[in-house]
Amino acid sequence: MAIGIIAKKIGMTRVFNEDGSVTPVTVLLAGPCPVVAVRTEEKDGYTAAQLAWEEVADRKLSKAELGHLKSAGVEGGFRRLAEIRDFADVAAGDSVTVGRFEPGTSIKVRGISQGKGFAGTIKRHNFHRGPMSHGSHNKRAPGSIGASAWPSKVIKGQKMPGRMGGKNVTQLGLKVVKVDEEKNLLLVKGSVPGHKNGFVVVVSE
Amino acid sequence: MSMNLIHDLDREQLREVPQFKAGDTVRVHFRVIEGSRERIQVFEGSVIKIQGSGIHESFTVRKQSFGVGVERTFPMHTPKIDKVEVRMIGDVRRAKLYYLRDKLGKKARIREKQS
Repeated sequence: MAIGIIAKKIGMTRVFNEDGSVTPVTVLLAGPCPVVAVRTEEKDGYTAAQLAWEEVADRKLSKAELGHLKSAGVEGGFRRLAEIRDFADVAAGDSVTVGRFEPGTSIKVRGISQGKGFAGTIKRHNFHRGPMSHGSHNKRAPGSIGASAWPSKVIKGQKMPGRMGGKNVTQLGLKVVKVDEEKNLLLVKGSVPGHKNGFVVVVSE
Repeated sequence: MSMNLIHDLDREQLREVPQFKAGDTVRVHFRVIEGSRERIQVFEGSVIKIQGSGIHESFTVRKQSFGVGVERTFPMHTPKIDKVEVRMIGDVRRAKLYYLRDKLGKKARIREKQS
């Protein structure tokens, strides 16, 4: 069974270990997240818990959204909702806190990657660049995009320049380093997708 | 608010280190584990650079050992440092003393600050 929570990425720092080694960590401000709805096998065909994240003023939500929260007995407005699959041992109205995680828990973190704008093939698809000197006209150009007479068209899915980043990315195999229940902080080893103050979903693996 | 959270986390980990800067001569008492035994190793030399800030701060100490220059970089707040003694305050005009690497013998000396 999975455990999940919604968090805000605060930034990165480092933690010194007893033996003097350093662990790079990402600080996540996680929860407390009220459970808004529970999906069950019988009713919905899958098991999940819907969590709400970050309190906001009621007026920022539509009446439908507020009503949805109210039906679960959750007071106040929340900015976002997310479903955590296979998160079963909660009931609507419960509050999920970082206390459910412990140091060493293996987790995956989903977030929206940092947008890179319109990026070329070198940055976007890890193409190699051409020679920079000796009269080269092929510095960062994409090169050939296909043959001529056959197939007479560019094959679909050809890697080309375009918008990069700003997509859902899941980082697997991360580990919880420290849990601070008082401040609702989760320290995760390594980096997580997204920019600072970004919305991320943490799920145990 | 978010940066303060990181600031608070870092502050908990900061250790008490005396103030020194590039050009000063320091003795770093460093904990070394040999097998199951722990002992303290002393590294004495002049500080040639201090970089970073807060929890990320580190410093590099240079000394001559049997005619060979030896440099060692320590994180300022690592728990492996037992203590740092400041032996001499140096009179230098730069924050990074990389020029010492090209100097030998008498020219590699740093004058003591006269106050």
